[in-house]
Amino acid sequence: MTVQTTSTETDPNCVRKSITVRARPDVAWRVFTEKMGTWWPLANYKIGKAKAVDAVIEPRVGGRWYERGDDGSTCDWGRVLTWEPHSRLVLTWDIDANWQPDPTLNTEVEVRFIADGKDTRVALEHRRLDRFGARRDEMRRIFDTEGDWGRLLEMFARAAAA
Amino acid sequence: MVNAERALDALGDPTRRRVLKRLRSGSRSVGDIAQGLDVSRPAVSQHLKVLRSAGLVAVRAEGTRRLYAVDTRGLDALRGWLDGFWDKALVAFKAEAEREERKRS
Repeated sequence: MTVQTTSTETDPNCVRKSITVRARPDVAWRVFTEKMGTWWPLANYKIGKAKAVDAVIEPRVGGRWYERGDDGSTCDWGRVLTWEPHSRLVLTWDIDANWQPDPTLNTEVEVRFIADGKDTRVALEHRRLDRFGARRDEMRRIFDTEGDWGRLLEMFARAAAA
Repeated sequence: MVNAERALDALGDPTRRRVLKRLRSGSRSVGDIAQGLDVSRPAVSQHLKVLRSAGLVAVRAEGTRRLYAVDTRGLDALRGWLDGFWDKALVAFKAEAEREERKRS
């Protein structure tokens, strides 16, 4: 498995991931921030009704993070809190577990790009997960139905078993 | 699944989220938790009871004191979902970044 979960996890409020990429930090940064549409699983993970063709991060603090549909429509996923090129990015993640937008959610995703010789270690932390709890009614519905959540958990179980 | 639903239900209350936050730095007694929160001790005890039954808080006895601590099990389903999502996304990101690096060199 190329993606590692930090095993000494004690904070239930966040998910931590780390992956080593055979690319230099500036390249890794550029692909993550400027070319997100080339790797984000847009077929399954998008909000809008239109077919999603790109995922965009506006390159500045306060910038939007959004998807663009093939009809030109856009849907916000969050916004940029920290913008430190080639080293650190913090975004708000305002998408609930049913893949619906919720601008008040404000969970956070921090991505750090750490040089390691010619490689880059990319460390991701998705935190403040207890904020999902403020939307418990919606979340309960998701648990109660065979919606996205169940499908995602199933995918996760398959991936974990592979 | 039942566990996650109960966890979210428990976290739906802002005071309970604050109680949980107080426990992140380590184990605390009820009195310790109540201090700094604008909530009575009995009310904190009641919130702790809900958090415990949701698998978010664990308790242990130390002498005559009962100490409460964060229990990671309650949010496992939610974390499992995000865990799987980020696994998938980061593997795809790695492939694309390495393709880009090869193009450059």
